Amino acid sequence: MAILGALNPMLSVGLDGDNAWRLADYVKRGGYAALRRILEEKMSQGDVINEVKKSVLRGRGGAGFPTGLKWSFMPRSFPGDKYVVCNSDEGEPGTFKDRDILRYNPHSVIEGMAIAAYAMGAARGYNYIHGEVWEIYERFEEALAEARRAGFLGSNLLGSGFDFDLFAHHGYGAYICGEETALLESIEGKKGQPRFKPPFPASFGLYGKPTTINNTETFASIPYIMNLGGETYLEAGKANNGGTKLFSVSGHVNRPGNYEIPLGTPFATLLEMAGGMRGGRRLKACIPGGSSAPVVPAGPMLDCTMDYDSISKVGSMLGSGAVIVMDETTCMVKALERLSYFYYEESCGQCTPCREGTSWLYKVVHRIEHGKGRSDDLDLLASVTTNIMGRTICALGDAASMPVQSFIKHFHDEFAYHIEHRKCLVPVDVQRAGSGFFTATV
Amino acid sequence: MMEIEIDGKVARVPDGSTIMDAAHQVGVYIPHFCYHKKLSIAANCRMCLVQVEKAPKPLPACATPVTNGMKVFTHSELAVKAQKGVMEFLLINHPLDCPICDQGGECQLQDLAVGYGGSASRFGEDKRVVFHKDVGPLISMQEMARCIHCTRCVRFGQEIAGVMELGMASRNMHSEITTFVGRSVDSELSGNMIDLCPVGALTSKPFRYSARSWELSRRKSISPHDSIGANLTIQVKNNVVMRVLPRDNEEINECWISDKERFSYEALNSPARLTRPLVRVDGVLREVDWNVALDYVAHALKDIVANSGAESLAALASPQATLEELYLLQKLVRGLGSGNVDCRPRRRDFSADGKLAGTPWLGLRLSEIKDLDAALVVGSFLRKDHPLFAQRLRQLAKKWGKVSLLSVSADDPLIRLHAQLSVAPSELPLALAAVVKAAAQIKGEAPPAGLDAVTPCATSEAIAHSLLEGNRRAIFLGNAAEQNPHAALLHALAIELARLTGATCGFIGEAANSVGGHLAKALPSALNAREMFAQPRQAYLLHGVEADRDCHHPQQAVAALKAAALVVMLTPFADGAARDYADVLLPVAPFTETSGSFVNTEGRLQSFTGVVRPLGDSRPAWKVLRVLGNLLGLPGFDQNTSEDVRDEIIPAGQEFAGGLSNALKNSLPLTLPAAADGLQRVADVPIYFADPLARRAPALQKTRDAAAPTVRMRAQTLQSLGVTDGAAVRVRQENGEVVLTARADETVPAACVRVAAGHASTAALGDMFGVINVERA
Amino acid sequence: MLTSESRARIDREIAKYPADQKQSAVMAALAIAQEEHGWLPSEAIEAVANYLGMAPIAAFEVASFYNMYDLKPVGKYKVSVCTNLPCMLSGGVDAGEYLKKKLGIGYNETTPDGLITLREGECMGACGDAPVMIVNNRRMCSWMNPEQIDKLLAELK
Repeated sequence: MAILGALNPMLSVGLDGDNAWRLADYVKRGGYAALRRILEEKMSQGDVINEVKKSVLRGRGGAGFPTGLKWSFMPRSFPGDKYVVCNSDEGEPGTFKDRDILRYNPHSVIEGMAIAAYAMGAARGYNYIHGEVWEIYERFEEALAEARRAGFLGSNLLGSGFDFDLFAHHGYGAYICGEETALLESIEGKKGQPRFKPPFPASFGLYGKPTTINNTETFASIPYIMNLGGETYLEAGKANNGGTKLFSVSGHVNRPGNYEIPLGTPFATLLEMAGGMRGGRRLKACIPGGSSAPVVPAGPMLDCTMDYDSISKVGSMLGSGAVIVMDETTCMVKALERLSYFYYEESCGQCTPCREGTSWLYKVVHRIEHGKGRSDDLDLLASVTTNIMGRTICALGDAASMPVQSFIKHFHDEFAYHIEHRKCLVPVDVQRAGSGFFTATV
Repeated sequence: MMEIEIDGKVARVPDGSTIMDAAHQVGVYIPHFCYHKKLSIAANCRMCLVQVEKAPKPLPACATPVTNGMKVFTHSELAVKAQKGVMEFLLINHPLDCPICDQGGECQLQDLAVGYGGSASRFGEDKRVVFHKDVGPLISMQEMARCIHCTRCVRFGQEIAGVMELGMASRNMHSEITTFVGRSVDSELSGNMIDLCPVGALTSKPFRYSARSWELSRRKSISPHDSIGANLTIQVKNNVVMRVLPRDNEEINECWISDKERFSYEALNSPARLTRPLVRVDGVLREVDWNVALDYVAHALKDIVANSGAESLAALASPQATLEELYLLQKLVRGLGSGNVDCRPRRRDFSADGKLAGTPWLGLRLSEIKDLDAALVVGSFLRKDHPLFAQRLRQLAKKWGKVSLLSVSADDPLIRLHAQLSVAPSELPLALAAVVKAAAQIKGEAPPAGLDAVTPCATSEAIAHSLLEGNRRAIFLGNAAEQNPHAALLHALAIELARLTGATCGFIGEAANSVGGHLAKALPSALNAREMFAQPRQAYLLHGVEADRDCHHPQQAVAALKAAALVVMLTPFADGAARDYADVLLPVAPFTETSGSFVNTEGRLQSFTGVVRPLGDSRPAWKVLRVLGNLLGLPGFDQNTSEDVRDEIIPAGQEFAGGLSNALKNSLPLTLPAAADGLQRVADVPIYFADPLARRAPALQKTRDAAAPTVRMRAQTLQSLGVTDGAAVRVRQENGEVVLTARADETVPAACVRVAAGHASTAALGDMFGVINVERA
Repeated sequence: MLTSESRARIDREIAKYPADQKQSAVMAALAIAQEEHGWLPSEAIEAVANYLGMAPIAAFEVASFYNMYDLKPVGKYKVSVCTNLPCMLSGGVDAGEYLKKKLGIGYNETTPDGLITLREGECMGACGDAPVMIVNNRRMCSWMNPEQIDKLLAELK
């Protein structure tokens, strides 16, 4: 699968053909020009950071924190090692954009990281790649070797006197490593258990050294920003929501895949690009920002544009740009049960509310789904989520709670029906038809 | 400094403090489980969530740094709701087995559940099942479903014990504390994890189900084992010691004790206790009354002194005896006219005797170790000889201190060492001399005379450098230096190194009262601990010494005792080799049954009282010696209390002993010994063989550290002897030989053979660091 | 417990990290050891720990935390099926059921001939390709409809 469609493409330009990922092709597309210019012109670190600030690039990993601002937190005059780390541990259900960036455009990430390292004075970087996408990890290693051979990595980059080397580190099956401090622990060879903050990675990061962690797509956007100029990049999106973004569309659509669109594009347009609803069925609900984001019912979703602020207005989050589309064949209880199982399974087990609370949530939702719900279960779920939210070390507790709260809020009747009648409101054969697995039955 | 308000109380705290620190300062209690003042911050239990003004969410007090003007509410609605929410989560999977839980009554979860728990459970699912683990004879992990995942035990291993033996495996609600596939927990500090565990997950195996915490009375005491003088709380039920716990003393043991200190109490209740005096009649030891026994001893002593002269009497005491006992013993022997008295049975070289300027000691306070910039330890099996002293050095090395170790084996001290050098015992002076010379060279001074032939290596230079940098540095001579055949030379070299570098120089000290022995004058004015056996006497008074285990040359000591006309032993125990050579066994009280004092390695006087009545007919040894003094008609034996005795030695009211000094009155020549021929023995005193109590504590004897001694040497040495790893070998020193198992061990220096002392299986051998012969059995 | 080839591969991983941070290579080293043995016996975990100079329990914490390590023997092929929500919407759960029926085993079970172990996986980061499966942690199989699954099973011999 490639990036299936784009409006005003940047990241996805020229990404057709099996070998488009190679260094030669990237250079042909104008790759490494930004890095070369920065090094040749001996651009100041502050100027690079300012350009990123002007672009209003917001972190593409989920939190949406302004990248330029994050970079400026790194101590300038720190005497020891500093690190830049790329978060390619893409495991949020619904998200699969970084995999395509690394598969088709790995050098954009390498160039972006080299520019970031230059701007922040780091000599070493790591890209933490989701363990399940092993071919991507291997390809990235190959891309690193290409870049090293061409002098874009290593010591004395392009004769500039600037040293930067970059290495790939693979995960091995733990969603929590997508949390930046868990990711650092994991690189250090430990369990991926998030750290309490403060201190933040900018002061105490990898090996206790100042570290900046950005998402794959964020780094990949940097060369385009440096080439176009921050303002032009910003104009590609909308105010406070700079640039284009990749959206991963999955679920009940005809053409699931990645789509690069300017921030602010209507959801309806994105849905259309993805081939519309599968089987022509009606949209029931959508999770617009990965599984941790609250679910939005069809009505408000169809009126929404795809940017941080609009999604926030309908009570959800743009997150990583993972759009999970659900049609009327979906049983919302079963959908929530699966998500709750995920957060229970992936809780690192470190802090009490998440370790105990996520399993409790799953057990109750599981009970409801299996016809053993109790009349006060919805109140119990609401209460347990309140006791988890805001009381954990990292955001996984919140991530586990928000789907529970939003599913029950928007689809309360369906849950109540399940408890009362001990079965799904959506008949099982209808549910099966929705998946399209047994095409004969659709 | 920053100002912060907690529940309306104002605290001024240094920058970098947490809310928890500030709360402690103003006496506000914030509930917590994972937080511990000595461990890193985990912030995982979330019990200490509090409300902070302007913060949208409750914050963990243990991990949240204070900012100036911060307002904290620990009992606001938001805070209490969060705390109660966490408590519910902690309880949903926690078994409701308090009535049968060993922790009941002293459980933090139980206590806090009273305040923060609900009266009914909303959790209708099956509770988590966690499989039990067997981690050895000391810690029980039988009911791990009780674990609340605070990870205190894991952090203790990593941070305090210096070895990670427990970890939290798996993830999510299935996370569990475990060792690596069925292994035991072997750290010599492991018992502290039991104290740290806030629930009944880790409990004391020897103590389990023997008493409820509310049935126990708590009494203060002092550890009689190593020279640190750890403060203890001893828990007693029906006049029996049931449990020993650390008593916080930041200046000494902090909040820790070693496993030896914690579990040796089992020996106090051992069936081997001597409860009535025994006198040998027609070759058989028979129980007699005290007056009979004391009369017998007094008459026998008088006869021998009258017939053979006072010099035919010698007395040897353990350095674990109390100050009062040591004092009265030497007074009695001297009163009879003999100067043959000593309390250093494991010493070999006495050539510094008479040249000491004062009482040898650590050279600084224990609490000053944390401020050192560098430390050099010479001749020590550090972790096993002095677990808590090693712990202090471990913390120092973790911060900034450069800790180096110069010793006779490359055992891992679990300290991040700056430098380590392991040499044969006979070469220890040479190795230390190399550091002395390196220090002189670095300073551009002429090296002291006698060191011309010494060439410093890179390691000795690194050590010298570390001792020349920073403000406070220290040199410590350990047990293996004091027991070394060249102990006086090592002492002189250490003084020279201290002079050159400006470091302090001191002795870690072998036992609880090693310093006290000097103050009590329990030192020879005639024959010393070695000479009194090398030149056999007719009568011996032994106090707390088991010659076959505690003497440097047990073969020689036991031979002399067997040949003597009279051997009187003051001991709490009726078993062991003493039955073969003692003519009179007087049952005396161990430290828990008598009052007395120890002076620890930093010169601190610590007096204690008995925590239980003496068992059976046993009596405090100071009283026995006093009565004996009276029976012998000696002057100065009229003290009514042990305090009266103590006040004769150290003026009342003094916290630290005076006259402490490691200087030598006249300098010793720095003549290095010639290279030794043949194989040399390296004898450690394994931690649980080191004293009569530990030797008789059943749980300690089941640990890995109590494994029977083997004959350890480098593979190359094994090969040169034609012996394979695991084969039986005959080990010989002088007239004694034993058959043991050979083991390859690369931590042993070249041309050395490590055979432990302090064990029955090696009691037939000779000098701890002497020539040794090994051949295939 | 580690062949010289495995050790050479681990050495290449160690070289990625600062000299005093060998432990950083533990995830890769455990993956390499698992490739060598087919799963991770505790002896292999200990060998990795010793090679990297870390406590065996610290390596065990890692091996038991990340779910792609197998602490018990598995079949020659381990097939992990993603059943998470986005995959479920496009047949992930159905694919798992189809495999169970075909192989006559449930999740976390191995076919009697020791050929295939079936696992229910978590999000593999390829939701657009649903249903998705991974064979032996390495090979990702996309758009696994019944015909594709039949083809895969025919191939796994």
